[in-house]
Amino acid sequence: MQKSEGLAPYLFLIPACAIIGGFVLYPMLHAIAASLTDYNMITESRFVGADNYRKLIKDPFFWNSLGNTLLYLVVVVPFLVIAPIFLALLVNKSLAGIKIFRAIFYLPVITSLVVTGLIWKWVYEEQGILNYFLLSTGITDNPVAFLTDPANALFSVMAVTIWTGLGYYMVIYLAGLQSIPRHLYEAAEVEGVSKWQQTIHITIPLLKPSIAIVAVMSSIAAMKVFEEVYVMTQGGPLDATKTLVYFIYQSAFEEFEMGYASAAGVVLFLLTLGLSMINLFVLRKR
Amino acid sequence: MKSSYLSITARYLALALVALLTMGPFLWLLSTALKSGSENIFQYPPSLLPAQPTLENFWRVIDTQPFLLYLKNSVLVAGLAVAANLIFASLAAYPLARMEFRGKNLIFILLLSSMMIPFQLLMIPVYNIAINLGLQNSYLGLVLPHACTAFGVFLMRQAFLGIPRALEESAMIEGLSRLQIWWHVLLPLVKPSLATLAVFSFIGVWGDFLWPLIILDDPGYYTLPLGVNRLANTFSMDWRLVAAGAVFSILPILAVFVFSQKYFIEGAMRGAVKG
Repeated sequence: MQKSEGLAPYLFLIPACAIIGGFVLYPMLHAIAASLTDYNMITESRFVGADNYRKLIKDPFFWNSLGNTLLYLVVVVPFLVIAPIFLALLVNKSLAGIKIFRAIFYLPVITSLVVTGLIWKWVYEEQGILNYFLLSTGITDNPVAFLTDPANALFSVMAVTIWTGLGYYMVIYLAGLQSIPRHLYEAAEVEGVSKWQQTIHITIPLLKPSIAIVAVMSSIAAMKVFEEVYVMTQGGPLDATKTLVYFIYQSAFEEFEMGYASAAGVVLFLLTLGLSMINLFVLRKR
Repeated sequence: MKSSYLSITARYLALALVALLTMGPFLWLLSTALKSGSENIFQYPPSLLPAQPTLENFWRVIDTQPFLLYLKNSVLVAGLAVAANLIFASLAAYPLARMEFRGKNLIFILLLSSMMIPFQLLMIPVYNIAINLGLQNSYLGLVLPHACTAFGVFLMRQAFLGIPRALEESAMIEGLSRLQIWWHVLLPLVKPSLATLAVFSFIGVWGDFLWPLIILDDPGYYTLPLGVNRLANTFSMDWRLVAAGAVFSILPILAVFVFSQKYFIEGAMRGAVKG
């Protein structure tokens, strides 16, 4: 049976390899090469060495967008790692209608980010529903300029990213919860350990692999935020919501500085790679 | 069963609160979409329900914007992309799960590393490649870069690994070719994983915005997310119409979701465990 397979394995692999090679791996090399040129789609591109990277270091707009992206990461990731655990605990019980609640919590995940962005832009309106709610409950005295005040805008966009991610990560935790052996809880029950103590001493420790997965996924997702910004603020006001990907998009497709944008893309890649490495390392150690 | 009444009530309260948080914005959108032209949508305090619910905004959107065309484009692109993902990923997964051949490790490493590369870095070169291949403003151009992912290949490989080898060997003795074994023996046994992959690729492609935004400039090929964005830019003052367009674009995926909810959530859970 185990004789040479001949060409068969390669034939099976051709379509997948052609697509992933042609649209991921080759472009990756191309992007790194382009970051060393002044490629702009109009004039012949020239090799410029590390010029684009030097320019990046001196570009305040780049630093601003990098700072926004890192702030995004620092705020959004803890929320998306912790809050969905509670959601998963909440829906991990056989109650009447629990599947409907799970589905409702998952709704934002299936909605395209453009639509989500528009919905929230409408919710965030100065005279909108959210301000009405805040004013009528006395939480604020004046309407909040969610998207038009540079001090608020980035946080308002972050809230949308969190809102979208809750259901997604909830499901990952739910999978983790359901893989915890039942007999551990039964044993604890016999010993008279309270529900809360069970959560702290059984559930959370055994959920660690899922927590690590969510930390990796949500931090990589936070690095790539684009659609919410594009729809809600276009990077404004005063560049307050310009993220790294938005910076790359503008440099490449509005200013046509493809070489320069590629250099910023390489920075994004290295940061993403670094994050996955740190996360994997932490995961391995546990 | 002590204190169960209280704890169950508390749990339902918490569930309802979160449900309000996730559903609230959708309901507000729907309410806005149903408000008639004579109703002031900026009035204070805002009216939660439309005074005279009407579908006129939906008709106006469909009349003035090619939303049915966007819908057709979205369905076509998502359908093609899902089919391509299922076929290509499960084809590639077979030799990776079951055959020994030269270069297997190299292919493994290349596939794995492709998962680390963000599309946002690739969008510039992929745009150029697509232009050079003449893929601008075409369905093929929308689908091809998303036609297969390493995630899908690994998901299917994992599924194939769980099938006993004996099944395959007896099929070989009966003289079936590798391709026949793949189709007649293996694929029927991995339907749950195929469903997972279908759901994942469907959500991804249906909501995709960045790639179509870059590769299309002919609105004739716009998918729903681009159509809604265009609507918002055209009628930025009239939120009734924007809301109607947004609701219109959510309805199809909502219908799919309601009818195959179990694949979405169970599929996502399966993907989470194995991914």
